[in-house]
Amino acid sequence: MPKVTVDGIEVEVPAGATLLQACEAAGVEIPRFCYHERLSIAGNCRMCLVEVEKSPKPVASCAMPASEGAIVRTTTEQVKRAREGVMEFLLINHPLDCPICDQGGECDLQDQSMAYGVDGSRFHENKRAVEEKYMGPLVKTVMTRCIQCTRCVRFATEVAGTPEIGAIGRGEDMEITTYLESTLSSELSANVVDLCPVGALTFRPTAFTARPWELRKTESVDVMDAVGSNIRVDARGSEVIRILPRLNEDVNEEWISDKTRFVADGLKSQRLDRPYVRINGKLAEASWAEAFAAIAAKLKGAKGERIAAIAGDLAAAEELKALKDLFTSLGSPNIDCRQDGAKIGGARSSYIFNATIAGIEEADAILIIGSDPRKEAPIINARIRKRSRVGGLKVGVIGPRVDLTYDYDHLGAGPDTLKSLASGGGFADVLKNAKAPMIIVGQGALTRKDGAAVLAASVALAKATNASFNMLHTAAARVAGLDLGLVPADGGRDVAAILDGASKGEIDVVYLLGADEIDFTKLGSAFVIYQGTHGDNGAHRADVILPGAAYTEKDGLYANTEGRVQRGNRAAFPPGEAREDWTILRALSAELGKTLPYDTHASLRDAIVAAAPHFASIDEVVAAGALPDLASGEMDAAAFDTPVKDFHLTNAIARASKTMADCSAELARSRRGAQAAE
Amino acid sequence: MSVRRLSAKQPASFAFSPENAEWAKGQIAKYPEGRQASAIIPLFWQAQKQEGWLSEPAIRFVADMLKMDYIRALEVATFYTMFNLSPVGEHFVQLCGTTPCWLRGSDDIKAACNKHIGPEGQVSADGKLSWIEVECLGACANAPMVQINDDYYEDLDGASMGQLLEDLRNGKPVKIGSQTGRTGSEPIDGLTSLTTPISGGGK
Repeated sequence: MPKVTVDGIEVEVPAGATLLQACEAAGVEIPRFCYHERLSIAGNCRMCLVEVEKSPKPVASCAMPASEGAIVRTTTEQVKRAREGVMEFLLINHPLDCPICDQGGECDLQDQSMAYGVDGSRFHENKRAVEEKYMGPLVKTVMTRCIQCTRCVRFATEVAGTPEIGAIGRGEDMEITTYLESTLSSELSANVVDLCPVGALTFRPTAFTARPWELRKTESVDVMDAVGSNIRVDARGSEVIRILPRLNEDVNEEWISDKTRFVADGLKSQRLDRPYVRINGKLAEASWAEAFAAIAAKLKGAKGERIAAIAGDLAAAEELKALKDLFTSLGSPNIDCRQDGAKIGGARSSYIFNATIAGIEEADAILIIGSDPRKEAPIINARIRKRSRVGGLKVGVIGPRVDLTYDYDHLGAGPDTLKSLASGGGFADVLKNAKAPMIIVGQGALTRKDGAAVLAASVALAKATNASFNMLHTAAARVAGLDLGLVPADGGRDVAAILDGASKGEIDVVYLLGADEIDFTKLGSAFVIYQGTHGDNGAHRADVILPGAAYTEKDGLYANTEGRVQRGNRAAFPPGEAREDWTILRALSAELGKTLPYDTHASLRDAIVAAAPHFASIDEVVAAGALPDLASGEMDAAAFDTPVKDFHLTNAIARASKTMADCSAELARSRRGAQAAE
Repeated sequence: MSVRRLSAKQPASFAFSPENAEWAKGQIAKYPEGRQASAIIPLFWQAQKQEGWLSEPAIRFVADMLKMDYIRALEVATFYTMFNLSPVGEHFVQLCGTTPCWLRGSDDIKAACNKHIGPEGQVSADGKLSWIEVECLGACANAPMVQINDDYYEDLDGASMGQLLEDLRNGKPVKIGSQTGRTGSEPIDGLTSLTTPISGGGK
C-alpha cells in the first residue's frame, strides 16, 4: 500500500493504483479525456499531466503507477502551463461549433477548456476536416470534432466485446471508424456516446431536439428487460426526450442497453390516451364512467371461476398488487403474471438470480441453460464478459449456439445434455470443483411444456454441484408478480388454461393488465378488458380499453431478476385521460362494489410490504433462503431456444418506437448482407 | 502523407498462391500461440507482392488467417504507407522529393514522370507504370533518386529518368543503382581523401 503525497495531502492507495487514482483519493480533480475507470489505460490525451518530484518532465498521471513516497503537485505553474498547452493542441483541429453541437452543455472538452484552457489560439492555419462516418441508426458521427481519445474503440473491444470500431490512418489523419462503415452490432453500442468526451459521437434519434439544460431529470428504473437498469429520464414538458444510464455498481454499472436508451420515442406514438368501448364491433371513444359501466355490467355478479386476469411484463408492483386484490375480492382464482407460460413460481429462491449480478464477478464457473443472455439481458452478458476477461472463468452453455462475446463450451442444445450432466462428469465436475459456481437458467428452458421438469433438473444440478441457482428473467414485472402471488390460486387457471377456457367459452371475461404477448386468437368470444399504454396486440382485441401510464409516467416499485426492489419515478404525466394504473384498478373496484382498501400510494405500498416484506428493502437483494426440492419429471428432447427473437421489438413500447424498428430493420439487412457475402 | 483510403474498385476475392500460403504458414509459426496477429505485416507484404497492391479482400483474408478482427487489420493496413491501398503499375516508381533530392533536381524527374507516366497516383494506360512522391528514402548521397519496385535508381536527371521509364515499359534491361556509372556513393570526381598509402606500421 504505497503512500503518496498529493498537494501536501498524504493518502494511502492500493498497490497498482495510478497517480490519477491517488489524486482522486486525495480529493484533487485531474482533468482527463482518454482515461476512464472502466476501460484500459490509453494515456494518449495527455490532459492529466501532473508534476512529480524528481521527475524532469510532467507525467501523465493516468498511466503512472503510484510509487511509495511519490510527491505529486497539481497546482504548480508547470502543471498549469502543461494543461494549457495540451488544451491548445487539442483545440487546433477541433471545430469550435459548440452552438450547433448536440454535446454543448455536457461536453468534457467545453468544460475543461473553460477550466484549464486559455482564451486564444496561436494556430492560424486551416483546421483539419474529417469525412462523416456511418455507424448505424443510433450513433451519429461528426468526426471532425473527434480528439482521438479512443474511448469508443476500447469500449467496443473490451466491454461490448464487438471489436468493430478502430482508428485508421495515422498522425493528423487518424480517424475513428467502423470496418467499412458498417453498423455497430452491439446491444450496448450507444454507450460510446456517453463515453465520448466531445460531440463526435452523439445520439442520432434525438439529434438537434433539446439542450441538456432544458431537460428535467428524473432518476428511475428501466423495464425493457428484467435487469432493472438504473436510468435517468430527461423530459421536457410531458415529452420524454432521452434516457441515460445512472451509476449503480450492483446492477448496470454505468451502461444501459440500446433498447433501454432509445425506446423513449415509443412513449409518444400509438398511445392510448382515452378509454374506449367496443360498440357493434367497433372501438368507440368513451368516458371513464362509460368504460367502467361497461366493465361492471360484465364483472358484477360474475362467477369467480368464469373470469380471469393476466398481468403483462411491464407492470409495476403497485398495479400487480391491486389486480391481485381485486380478483381475490371478486372470488376468482384465475390470475397469472406469466404470460409466456413459464413454469415457475413457488419458493422465491427458485425464481430469482440468487448470486446477484455483481456476484458474477466472483464466479469461476458458469453454466447457462436455455438462454441467450446477450439478447435477453445485455447488461448481465457484459458482466459475464467482464468476469471472463479477468481469466479463470469456465462457461458452459446448453442451448442455442450464439455469439455471446466471450468463449464458452457448447455442451449441447437441449435437455438431454442437462440429463447427462445430472449423472456427473464433464461440466458437472467443473461446477463441483469450482469455488463459486453459478447456474443461470433462462426463460427459453422454462416456457416449454416440460418447463417444470427442466427447472427441477436445473435446481437438482445446482444442489448436486453446490452451485448458486440463478434465473434470468426477460420480463421486468415477473419477479414482483411472483412475489405478490399473481399465480393461479387453488383450482385456478394459468395463462394456458385461461386461454383454453376462453376459447371453449368457459371464461367470460379476461382482464389484461398490459398483456400483449399472449395468443390472442385463443380468446374466443370472451369479453376482454385491456388496461395498458399502447395500441398493440391487446388493445386491438379489447372490448374495453382503459388507458394506463407507462413506466416513465408513474411512481412504481419493480423487482428485477435478482429480486432487487427498485423505485421508478414519474418523469412526465400520462397523456390525455390516461391514469396511473393502480388508481384505475382502485376506481374500478369501487364501481364493482369491492372497494380496495387503499386510497393513497403510501397505503398501497404498505399493503405491498405486508404481502411481501422484502419490498420494504429498496435497492437491496433480500436473500431467498434454501432451494426447494422440486418433483422431477420427463423432459422432451427438443432443443432450447431463446424467447427473445428480435431484441429490439420485445414489448409494446418498443414496437411503437420508430428507432427500434429502424434498428431491427438495419440488423436484418446486415444479416442478409452477411449471408449474401457467404 | 495524405488521408489513406481503400480503392473504390476492389476485386471480388483474394487468396494466397499455394507457395505463398506455405510461406505464410512459416511466418505464423514464428510467433507463440495466441500471438499470431504479430505476423500481419509480413503477410500483408506478401499479399502485396502477389497482387501488386493490398486489396480489401486481401485485408480480410489475412485477418481471417490470423483470427484478427477486420478493423484491427484495417488499422495496420492504413497505418503503414508501404501498403498500397489502390492498384499500382507493374513498375511502381516511388520518387524522393525531400530536400537533398529536391536540391539536386528532383523536380526534373517529377516532370519526366508526368510526361512518361501521367499524373501522380494513376496507373498508365498500359498498366506498366505508376508513380508517387515519397519522403526521404535515405540515399541522399546519390540524389536525386527513385525506388522502382525493390530497387534504387540513383544519380538521375530528367533525360535518364525518361529513358529509364521507357526501357522499363518496353521490357529492356536496365541498370540498377547509379545511372552515371559510379560505384555506390563514392565521390563523383574520384577519391578526395585516403589517397595516400597509410603511413607507419605497414606498407
